Amino acid sequence: MTTTVTPASPAAATLPRQRGPVAQFWYRLRRKKLAMISLVVIAVIYGGGITAPVVAPYTYNEQNLENALQPMSSEHWFGTDRLGRDMFSRTLYSARTTLVVSVAVLVSGSLIIGNGLGLLAGYRGGWVDNAVMRVGEVLSALPGLPMLILVNAALGPRVLEFVQWAQQGTPLAGVARDFASYMTVFMALSLFFWVGTARLIRSQVLQLRERDFVTAARALGGSTSHILWKHLLPNIAFLVVLQISGTLGGVAGSEIALTWFGVGVQPPTPSFGAMIYEGSGARNFQTHPHLLLVPGLTVSALLFAFVLLGDAINDVIRDR
Amino acid sequence: MTGYVIRRLAILPFTLFVVSFFTFAIARFGPGDPITVTAGQIRDREVLARIRAERGLDGTIAEQYIRWVGRAVQGDLGESYIQRGYSVRELIVPKMMVSAQLNILAIFFVFAIGVPMGLIAAWFNGKWLDPFIISALLFFSAIPVLVVIPPLQWLLAVQFKILPVGGWDGLIDIVWIAGVIAIPVPDPHLYLPLLVMTIPGFAGVARLVRITALQVASEDYVRTARAKGLKESTVALRHVLPNSLLPLITVIGLSLADILSGAYFTETLLGIPGIGSFTFESVRSRDYDVILATTLIVAFFFIVMNLITDLAYARIDPRVRLGARIDS
Repeated sequence: MTTTVTPASPAAATLPRQRGPVAQFWYRLRRKKLAMISLVVIAVIYGGGITAPVVAPYTYNEQNLENALQPMSSEHWFGTDRLGRDMFSRTLYSARTTLVVSVAVLVSGSLIIGNGLGLLAGYRGGWVDNAVMRVGEVLSALPGLPMLILVNAALGPRVLEFVQWAQQGTPLAGVARDFASYMTVFMALSLFFWVGTARLIRSQVLQLRERDFVTAARALGGSTSHILWKHLLPNIAFLVVLQISGTLGGVAGSEIALTWFGVGVQPPTPSFGAMIYEGSGARNFQTHPHLLLVPGLTVSALLFAFVLLGDAINDVIRDR
Repeated sequence: MTGYVIRRLAILPFTLFVVSFFTFAIARFGPGDPITVTAGQIRDREVLARIRAERGLDGTIAEQYIRWVGRAVQGDLGESYIQRGYSVRELIVPKMMVSAQLNILAIFFVFAIGVPMGLIAAWFNGKWLDPFIISALLFFSAIPVLVVIPPLQWLLAVQFKILPVGGWDGLIDIVWIAGVIAIPVPDPHLYLPLLVMTIPGFAGVARLVRITALQVASEDYVRTARAKGLKESTVALRHVLPNSLLPLITVIGLSLADILSGAYFTETLLGIPGIGSFTFESVRSRDYDVILATTLIVAFFFIVMNLITDLAYARIDPRVRLGARIDS
């Protein structure tokens, strides 16, 4: 399994020679219909999240008790919830929450910590490798969800205190609560999400470091950081692309699960987890199915899109 | 090999120490003081101090931890803060049994159905059935359990009334025919949780089996077998099949490692008195010793199963050289 593009494969022969690896990757991915549909789904949901303040017809906490539990209508596209809040607007803002948390965890937990430690552990070996892998083993031995809940419950109030203290007197003070609840979830998830990435990268680096070009770079006097950055990282770049899709989906699922149990993103900040919780229950579903179906279908579409996209990227990378 | 086993075993206590201390510290660091919960109406300083001492919650975190470990190694996992008078052990063990029964059944069905699905997909590689099976399974694995349970409950329990909404009543029911012949049947409470716990699992197993089968099918020895003039079915059954099942050992080992931890959402939503729903109640009510004990038992089991899985894999596949190190 090579992650570099091999010109020997028949698919590559039809490609224009001048194209860089990124262009070739994109060229192959574009021919997979499911991957493209998934990308569109992800773009629509994330785009809705980004543009929520502009697109949403109402704010996420605008209550109208006389209009509670309305089914779908032209006025409220996705109906209204128990407090008469517009479900369409809440869906957009929930997508925003999911987007913020998952991108934050992706960048810090998976990309920076995971890749960094994975590269270092794989390349340096010895005690560095041992230390990183043992810490990872400890973290993966802990039962995930209860630990996340504990960490979140323990961190939550302290992060809120800190953020409120840090923002006292500044114009940001009003958003302290929102920010704190993002931060808590983000920190707790980052703590656990780097392990998988680090393991994957490490195993790849273990194979790569024995290759001639690395030996050559070392023989020419390249420093560790130079070899990691210039020689190893480009060769695992495609694995990184694969992780992006996996991590974004995984974090979205975890954030929703945490919020469902009431320790994730705190109200009034909207989240799919809270929306799904409000719609749960067999009787509830019977009388007001839209309460569950609107957030449920959105989340399922997003998660399924990530799975399909990851699958397609995997196919492209492994050239199957 | 022996050196590797010894090294792994030597790390075991260390790992357990870190896991337990981490959990301990986090649990104590969290908000909500179990002392005030225990004391109820009483706000007398002396009484609070006495409860604190009785529960071993006085002194620094390190002191508390050492005291707790001292008792834990003797099998005394403490007393529940919330359910007064019950030891943690008598609360946890029956719940773990319920979860374990459910988990073992679920794991069995995940593999019993997932493996053939993967083999079928690999067999039809290049035809429409292959991507169809895999995408369908992926679809089922992508829908969160949280979303799928309420509609299923509504459909099966409220609308068609063929299954109970939730709950737990053991594994087997006895049906009496004419009051004479006893026939054991699976308890109806089982179907809904099993459905929700197995279907999302098929995709992972099927994909792994499919990809390995395809890899194995392109190996030289398979080509040799074909060149010998063996029938296609013999090649598939004798050469491809056994070798494609090899990586399953790791997956089965890893899923067995999770037997004692509950299916959190399924148990909570379906009202099953397993360890999953109990963990959540405990986390919510800050029942520290229950959380600690559960976490540690689950972690311990996980680490040991992981070790066994690694060793078993090395035993079966001679190409795997454990602990082989390349010097840099």
